[in-house]
Amino acid sequence: MTYTKIITGAALIAAFASSAFADGHSIRMGTEGAYPPYNFVNDSGEVDGFEREVGDELCKRANLDCTWVINDWDSIIPNLVSGNYDTIIAGMSITAERDEVIDFTSEYFPPDPSTYVALAGASDDVVNGVVAAQTSTIQAAYIASSSATVVEFATPEETVAAVRNGEADAVLADDAYLADIVNASNGELAFVGSPVAIGGGIGMGIRESDTELKEKMNTAIASIKADGTLTKLIAKWFDGRSVEY
Amino acid sequence: MFHYCVDPQNLDGFYWWSCYLTTVKHISFYKSFLVVFALLIVTVPLILFFGFMGAIARQSKLYPVRLFGVTYTSIVRGVPDIIFFLFVPIALDQGIEYLRHKIKCPDWTDPIRQGNDFVVCQIAKMPLGSSEQWIHETYGFFLAALAFSVVFGAFAANTINGAINAIPPAQIETGVAYGMSRKQIFMRIQFPQMWAYALPGLSNLWMILIKATPLLFLLGVQDIVYWARELGGTKTARFTYPHEDWRLGYFIVLLVFYLFLSWVSEIFFNRLTLKVTRGQATLSGLNNNNSKIRS
Repeated sequence: MTYTKIITGAALIAAFASSAFADGHSIRMGTEGAYPPYNFVNDSGEVDGFEREVGDELCKRANLDCTWVINDWDSIIPNLVSGNYDTIIAGMSITAERDEVIDFTSEYFPPDPSTYVALAGASDDVVNGVVAAQTSTIQAAYIASSSATVVEFATPEETVAAVRNGEADAVLADDAYLADIVNASNGELAFVGSPVAIGGGIGMGIRESDTELKEKMNTAIASIKADGTLTKLIAKWFDGRSVEY
Repeated sequence: MFHYCVDPQNLDGFYWWSCYLTTVKHISFYKSFLVVFALLIVTVPLILFFGFMGAIARQSKLYPVRLFGVTYTSIVRGVPDIIFFLFVPIALDQGIEYLRHKIKCPDWTDPIRQGNDFVVCQIAKMPLGSSEQWIHETYGFFLAALAFSVVFGAFAANTINGAINAIPPAQIETGVAYGMSRKQIFMRIQFPQMWAYALPGLSNLWMILIKATPLLFLLGVQDIVYWARELGGTKTARFTYPHEDWRLGYFIVLLVFYLFLSWVSEIFFNRLTLKVTRGQATLSGLNNNNSKIRS
C-alpha cells in the first residue's frame, strides 16, 4: 500500500516536473497493432513494425518518454480527441477529411499507391465488382466513389479473408500490407489491375490543441529525414524500397 | 518458455506447438479469460444494484422519482448498445477529469473544450499520462464495468419492476389488513417472493452479459475475442511463428468456452429457481412441493 503511494506520489511529482520543464514528458502512442509491416503485435505481445521503430526514434530525439497503446481502428480518432492517448501512429494517411477533426505531423512515409489483390487467375475486371476494404480508410472512400461496390470490414485481416472465401472479388489496401499476404499465400492470391494513387503520405495524428507536441514531432521527423535514418528504416521494413528525403 | 524454443524455424510437431502455445501473446490470451470472469464478478452486483434502484424508483409514490426511473430504463433500453458503450465511458472519463481539473488547476485559463478536443491540465489526467500501462488498463476496465452495469441495470430494473408487480395483490391487501407499513410489505412480502418472477428474466440477462464481453475491446480492454482474432489472423514470415488464417480454430475454442459457461449457468439457475419458488403459489412452486424431481 505504502509502496503504491510512493509510486503515485512519484508519478505526481514527475507530472509536475514535466509540465514545468516540458522535458522527459510522458506520451502515449496509439496504434492499431494489426497492419504489418506498419504496426503489429509480435509473438512477445509487444507492438512491433516500421512505426514502432520510427516512433521510438522520434520519441528519443524529441526527448519524450513513450508508451505504446493498442486501440481498435474504428474508435482510434475518438479516443485520441478525448485524451486517452496523445498520438495516432497507425499507418494513417493524411486526408482533408481527417484533418478537420485532428491534426497531422509532416509525413514520415511517402504517398503509397494502393493495390488490388484477388484470387490468382482472376481477370482485371474484378476491380469493378465487389471490393473489400477496411472501414474508415481512404481505400473504402475511394471504392465507394467509384463504380465498384464496397464491402467494409473492421480489420485488415477480414478484408483478405473476404476475398479468400468469395465474399468479395478483390481487396484494396496499402501495397506493403498486401505484398506480405500475397507472398505468404503460396500462389493462391495475386495482384490484379493497376495500382491507384490515393491519399497523401502517412503522418502522425495529434490533437488540434496539442500544437506543442506537433512542433516537437515535426522537428524530430525532419531530423530523422535529414540524417537518413528514415530512409534506412523504410528500406528495412519495406523490402529495400528506396525513398529519398 | 522452454529451453528449446530459441530457434522456432527448426522445430516441428510437438515441439513447435509447445513453443507456439506458450508465447507471451498466448499467455495474454489465457489471462484474458480471467478478464471476462472479472468483468462478470464486478458487474453482477452493480447490475442488481442499478436494477433495484431503477425498479424502486419506478414504484415510488413521488412523481419526480418515478419519472427518473422511467426515463432511465426507457432511454438506456432504447439506445443501441454500441453507441452507449462508446458514450458512457468517454463521458464518465471526461466528467472525472473535468472535476479534477477544476480542483487541481484553478488557475488554468484555456478552455477545456477546444473544437473536438478535450483538454485538461496534465495533473488532472485520470490516470496520469505517466502512469504505468496496467493502471490505464485497470481504470479502463472499471469504466467499462460501470458502462455495462448502467446498460444491463436498466434491463434488470424492468425485469424486477415486473416481478414486483406480479405478486398477487391479495397478499398485499392481507399485509395492509395486518397493519404493515409500505416498507414492511416490501421487505416481508414482495422482496422474498419477487425472485421467482424475476429469475427467468435475470437469467436471460446473465446469458446476454456473458456474450457481450467482446464490446470491451471498443473500450480498449483486450478480451478473449480480441486475442482470438489477433492470434488466429494470418501470420506472415515477419512473425516468429508464421501460420495461415487460423481464426476458425481459435473461435472454436471460444465457442466451447461459451457453451461451457452457458451450461454451468443453466445448472446454477435451475437450482436457484428450485430454491426461490419453494412453497410459492406459482406452478413451479407447486411442482416443487409435490415432487422431488430435480430439473
